[in-house]
Amino acid sequence: MTEPLVSVDRLKVEFATDGGTVVGVEDVSFTIHPGETVCVVGESGSGKSVTSLSLMRLVEFGGGVIAHGALTFVRQDGSVLDVADAGPEVMQSVRGHEIGMIFQEPMTSLNPVFTVERQLTDGLILHKCLSKSAARLRALDLLKSVRIPEPERRLRQYPHELSGGMRQRVVIAMAMACEPRLLIADEPTTALDVTIQAEILALINRLKREKGMAVLFITHDMAVVAQMADRVVVMYRGRIVETGTVTEIFENPQQDYTKALLAAVPKLGEMAGKTAPERMRISGDEAARAATAATKAAVRKPEVLLDVRHLTTRFPVKGGVLRRTVAQVHAVEDVSFTLNIGETLALVGESGCGKSSCGRSILRLIEPQSGEVWIGGRDIGALNHHDLRKARRDMQMVFQDPFASLNPYRRLKDQVAEPIQNFGLFRGQALDDRVAEIFDRVRLPRDFMSRFPHELSGGQRQRVAIARALAVNPKLIVADEAVSALDVSVQAQVLNLMMELQEDLGLSYLFISHDMAVVERVSHHVGVMYLGRIVEIGPRAAIFENPQHPYTLALLSAVPIADPRQRRFVDDLSFKPITSPIFPLGHQPAPSVYTQVAPGHLVLQA
Amino acid sequence: MKQFYSVKGVIGLGLLGVVILIGIFAPMLIPFEQSTKMYMTARLSSPSLAHPFGTDQLGRDLLFRVLLGARTSLEIAVTAVVTSVVLGLPLGMVSGYFGGQIDNVLMRLVDTLLAFPALLLALTISAVLGPNTQNTIIAIGVAFTPYLARIIRGEALRVAQMPYVEAARASGTTNLMILIRHVLPNIMPPVIVQSTISLAFAILAEAGLSFLGLGTQPPAASWGLMIQASRDYLDIAPWTALVPGLAVAATVLGLNMFGDVLRDVLDPRTK
Repeated sequence: MTEPLVSVDRLKVEFATDGGTVVGVEDVSFTIHPGETVCVVGESGSGKSVTSLSLMRLVEFGGGVIAHGALTFVRQDGSVLDVADAGPEVMQSVRGHEIGMIFQEPMTSLNPVFTVERQLTDGLILHKCLSKSAARLRALDLLKSVRIPEPERRLRQYPHELSGGMRQRVVIAMAMACEPRLLIADEPTTALDVTIQAEILALINRLKREKGMAVLFITHDMAVVAQMADRVVVMYRGRIVETGTVTEIFENPQQDYTKALLAAVPKLGEMAGKTAPERMRISGDEAARAATAATKAAVRKPEVLLDVRHLTTRFPVKGGVLRRTVAQVHAVEDVSFTLNIGETLALVGESGCGKSSCGRSILRLIEPQSGEVWIGGRDIGALNHHDLRKARRDMQMVFQDPFASLNPYRRLKDQVAEPIQNFGLFRGQALDDRVAEIFDRVRLPRDFMSRFPHELSGGQRQRVAIARALAVNPKLIVADEAVSALDVSVQAQVLNLMMELQEDLGLSYLFISHDMAVVERVSHHVGVMYLGRIVEIGPRAAIFENPQHPYTLALLSAVPIADPRQRRFVDDLSFKPITSPIFPLGHQPAPSVYTQVAPGHLVLQA
Repeated sequence: MKQFYSVKGVIGLGLLGVVILIGIFAPMLIPFEQSTKMYMTARLSSPSLAHPFGTDQLGRDLLFRVLLGARTSLEIAVTAVVTSVVLGLPLGMVSGYFGGQIDNVLMRLVDTLLAFPALLLALTISAVLGPNTQNTIIAIGVAFTPYLARIIRGEALRVAQMPYVEAARASGTTNLMILIRHVLPNIMPPVIVQSTISLAFAILAEAGLSFLGLGTQPPAASWGLMIQASRDYLDIAPWTALVPGLAVAATVLGLNMFGDVLRDVLDPRTK
């Protein structure tokens, strides 16, 4: 075996806070060999980012101090550098030059006021002492190597003119500019859509193979690990839990934490042949397994709760001096579906496909242009302001971001009590009792009632949000990416809670998500949205096992699978970019016409 | 509440406490004549045992004047700022929360007022209403409202787009309740900070009005009036400006620190 390129030895990083020193990571040791991809995986707060930032000595900018340990890095000239002791000048020549870095957010890691050319050539001129014109040629080469279409034009463009996927390609091109020996990628695809994620992962793999560089890949997503890693480092609360090759970790995990983490990951395709949704496996949770059987047993006679007919929502695009409406975003375009009592309909699609707008239009949090939304014999779209407020009792919503959807200044019990007070259902002691009952229902301790949101973790907050939605016994809950912001083990718990509530209370969910694997787990019916329209809708099994529409196929093929033996050995993926849903005023799109391929399985006609 | 025991909290509360005590008790304990009594032989005398803070151009004792002027200055400044908050809060909140045409109309109105310097506006209002304490308060309060309304509107606009506001709307909360329960507490921190800064400006605005004969009427003392009167003697008797100036500075410093601490105390996240 070759000498390792990087070896981290008993790294300890501390952060000074008002409440004393906090240990970020402790006793972390691992090596990276040339040409190898090491994935550091862990949930939020596990210290995976701190580890990668320490390697770049960027951790100091966040207030961290390397208290102990050695970080050796073999430089281009063969000399060995201890990053932990290196001076700022040495680090400056290493950063960007010998170690490249890709950050999570392609929107913010590019400077909005500089052109792509300027951002790409800065590093080249500094580290490689290239002339401006030579740097420009090199930048062009780099853009070609990350396969950006029309590279000459991109050089003159500003970041805001590029799509998210293209921006991340530019960021990768920047990181690759000086041909680093090590590429650190910190959650590089977390903010991206699944098709773009697949493209970026394939790109990183190809570059690694062509240039023979080592990759340190930080992620929380086990499926991405399975697709990318040669070796895996599992971290939990600042310490390493387990290290091993990717097949060892996935097929023969030794530690309980690794097992739990793997168990909580929904795998696309594992629900094949099953009709009803199934609870997530939480390792050691036998009760859940027992309840799964009950799910199958409880078969209800289908009865329609929500009937959406030809729903259309458009947003004005204002322009010109007079701020007139110059065009319209066709966010939701002629969408129709029904949702049965006690069932879950999932709307899946990528960002900008109109799935959230659809959910909000149904609740009339945004006003739809036209169409009907029938719930329990009432057309929500036709209600006046007063009746609409009353009708809200039947339909509640759970939002994506558990940090922003609770008011930081109000006690949790007041926030859960608010919907009850709005409809004057309970007062005084009865109100307190009802709130306590709901807290029990979502399995939150009662002493949380008088706490404030910041005292809770993300998963607990999402339980509070669910409690708030449940408070008035609604019939329909619109869950807009309700578990997307949560760690996988917490996500599994929240999903199980939602499914349990559905069984017990006969709730119907409109489950809006981008995550195909989660959708496969929880839903009875699935609608795939693309450019504001449902392109394919039907029973879950039909969509996942017999997809018909090309977009559904593309979406399914882009989902990374949490199994290292099912790797897609593709060099470069390129999905058709989503076209713009903006049309000029007066544009009359054709109505959505569907072909029935099987009972209840509809595909949009092209 | 532990933030009150921080260094900032202790200094802020201490300074503010002293100033408030002076404002309340000085007029009760010291006869008004002390502030107007002229020592004709000791005009513009530097601080000495007889006059610890020196005297002004008319030979009046600055110690007594600064003590007795505290109430006038604070009374006017505090009530004026409270007036501007009371006017600015609903204006800014409604404008920012509802947006659209309401926002357009209200903000153009505010912009029109902003086009005039605050002091000029206060001067006009005060001149129209007539010179007395109550009208001075109204004049300064109204003149400061557009600045506050602008800030509040921006904050309300930000808060109105937060998911918890949408969540409240989705669960059937009325607009009025959303404004009171969700928007108001979340926009308070910048309002508190801006108000404490406004207080300093209100003390000086009162001075400006007094100088033009529209605010406090001589021979009564106010800090602003004292600063204005000192400007001709800055080179020969700098203490005439320094004494009331330090009083204003101490008050503002105390208020700012208190404002910061108050903001932290009200924020459940820092408990």
